[in-house]
Amino acid sequence: MTDAVAYVEQFRKFAASGGGGDDAPEWVRAMRSSALERFTQLGFPTTKNEDWHFTSVAPIAERQFVPLTAPSGDVRRTDLEPFLFAATERWPLAVFVNGRFAPELSHLEHLPAGVRVLPLARAWDEAPELARRIGTVARHDAQTFTALNAAFLHDGAVIHVAADRVAEHPIHLVFVTDRHAANGVSYPRNLVVAGANARATVIESYVGLGDASYFTNAVTEVVVDRGATLAHYKLQRESQNAYHVGTIETTQERDSHYVSFSLATGAALSRTNIGTVLGGEGCGATLNGLYMLDGAQHGDHQTRIEHAQPNTFSRELYKGVLDGESHGVFNGKVYVRPIAQKTDGKQTNNTLLLSERAQIDTKPQLEIFADDVKCTHGATVGRLDEVSLFYMKSRGIGADEARKLLTYAFAADVLETIENDLVRNGLEAMTLARFV
Amino acid sequence: MEVQDRHSANTNVMLEIHGLHAKVGDKEILKGIDLTVNAGEVHAVMGPNGSGKSTLAQVLAGNPAYEVTAGSVTYEGRDLLEMQPEERAQAGIFLAFQYPVEIPGVSNAYFFRAAYNEIRKARGEEEVDPLEFAGIMEQKLEVVEMDPAMLSRSVNAGFSGGEKKRNEILQMAVLEPKLAILDETDSGLDIDALRIVADGVNKLKRPDRATIVVTHYQRLLNYIVPDVVHVLANGRIVKSGGKELALELEEKGYDWITGGAPAGATA
Ligand SMILES: Nc1ncnc2c1ncn2[C@@H]1O[C@H](COP(=O)(O)OP(=O)(O)OP(=O)(O)O)[C@@H](O)[C@H]1O
Ligand SMILES: [Mg+2]
Repeated sequence: MTDAVAYVEQFRKFAASGGGGDDAPEWVRAMRSSALERFTQLGFPTTKNEDWHFTSVAPIAERQFVPLTAPSGDVRRTDLEPFLFAATERWPLAVFVNGRFAPELSHLEHLPAGVRVLPLARAWDEAPELARRIGTVARHDAQTFTALNAAFLHDGAVIHVAADRVAEHPIHLVFVTDRHAANGVSYPRNLVVAGANARATVIESYVGLGDASYFTNAVTEVVVDRGATLAHYKLQRESQNAYHVGTIETTQERDSHYVSFSLATGAALSRTNIGTVLGGEGCGATLNGLYMLDGAQHGDHQTRIEHAQPNTFSRELYKGVLDGESHGVFNGKVYVRPIAQKTDGKQTNNTLLLSERAQIDTKPQLEIFADDVKCTHGATVGRLDEVSLFYMKSRGIGADEARKLLTYAFAADVLETIENDLVRNGLEAMTLARFV
Repeated sequence: MEVQDRHSANTNVMLEIHGLHAKVGDKEILKGIDLTVNAGEVHAVMGPNGSGKSTLAQVLAGNPAYEVTAGSVTYEGRDLLEMQPEERAQAGIFLAFQYPVEIPGVSNAYFFRAAYNEIRKARGEEEVDPLEFAGIMEQKLEVVEMDPAMLSRSVNAGFSGGEKKRNEILQMAVLEPKLAILDETDSGLDIDALRIVADGVNKLKRPDRATIVVTHYQRLLNYIVPDVVHVLANGRIVKSGGKELALELEEKGYDWITGGAPAGATA
């Protein structure tokens, strides 16, 4: 609890400066205050907390990260190119530097009819009824980091795809922390609403430009209305010295499909929480992910799929590649409510250990309260197959290349689930280049 | 006698094995192999199950699962045992596996091109781009009468037994090794496939190349005519002879050579 003091002190300054310089409406200010109160009650979780058993947030709790208020101004478009998938100008792009919307780096000119993308700090004036939904899906009463995010919320992206509309190109949100952000923290807060029968792809990229040690605590709330399909990729490529906690909370209406992909390759310590509530009959969720860690990195994924109505399905495939002394954690919760008969759930977690010292803690957690359901889960932990390595070498392929190819092959099937060609190709190339 | 003459008369020795011993774990499998292969020759290695034929082939290819405890292997004047498996391949050695390995997630096309380019690089030749390589593959696919669709599939994954063997021969045809070692490539093949495999080997034949064929069946040797036939039993070559030895083995089995001792018995 005492660890929270530094953050409370930061909040006092943040509030005194009018929320870091914005003029948020009264309801936002009220939310911040109540969230801070909740945060101080909850305190930072310790490893005694079941959900944090394998991940100690002491490095975050003990550090005094200072809220970032302004970009240093030296981020150029070319700095971002490596993260943009060679996409055309037709992809709506919203860039946030150190947590603040950067219009000069963004382009939101080509939004199709019925699609709105705007920074939160503008949304509460320009689209108050939409912005008001902030806090309704990701509530701050239970989760420390969600409460902390809400206490400091000031900017992020608000996306609305109107009913029956199709957003042809992915909407890319890039949260970049610049080279001068050491010891800073940003609290991006996003809202994505896909209206009835709408179709869209939203990408959230979290990237660091240098090797600074900073903290990102992001929360994204998602509403997938009746019959809508939303693909949602979260790509975490923070600086290798950064700390990252990213939370996605989703609520789904009947016949909707939520397709999530989470990539985690950056940060010294990262924690990704992805939760969805299948709140109507006939809806489905696909939660896939890939974590690739090296050195002393620690990467934790927690997913929670709540089957709250009958006839819903979920598919989950998480893969991990761990090298060096890295530590991966995967905890997949599947919760089936008593009413949710005919639930069809499948969860798989496979981890490849490339070194003796790399480590994975994997824990499937099925809580099933209905009787007529089909739920399976499986986890494997393995090493590169020596026989396959030898086979490749016997064809003249060098040891490094063989290792790289096999590692890539391991990750290939989960990458193949990414529907967008540019994103899939980009991440495949990144994966190939990652372990050389 | 004939074997002796061949050895001393020909100065173009490609592979020379002396007193080769190898073990896996605590189990000694090769117990003193002597074998000389000259450029231009085809050698057949026959012998009972478990006698060490595949072990010999794997040791030559450099499988680290087998430990060489004694003896020497010289390939084109180089100490083969000092070379990494990939260096051996780059130097022209190719092993068609008895049990080809499945590699889910790596496409055959990528695998073939990676191997082809590595071997070209080792020879000091330019790498080829995917387009150029597609042209090369097209020709080779015809040789082994394989469906081009298999190129987009993962290496051997879900292939039938015969398809895997054909894929090995396709690799051989593409990589054009100097010394090809075929470990029971004929097993599990229908008669058409057998002819294709034999054609593949015969097309490669050149005075500066050699082949070692491990087989249980004289049938294959009708297509690929060996210069020398060896019988490997209990980790040693117990008899060598001309191609008629294969016929004799087919007729009489191995007992008359091995003296009725069980095939894999440890001495
Ligand atoms: N990795 C291993 N571990 C234990 N024993 C092994 C291993 N590899 C080979 N052996 C043993 O070594 C002996 C020789 O095996 P090898 O595969 O070389 O025989 P082979 O002559 O090729 O037989 P086949 O004609 O059945 O293919 C056998 O008894 C086999 O069980
Ligand atoms: Mg064998």
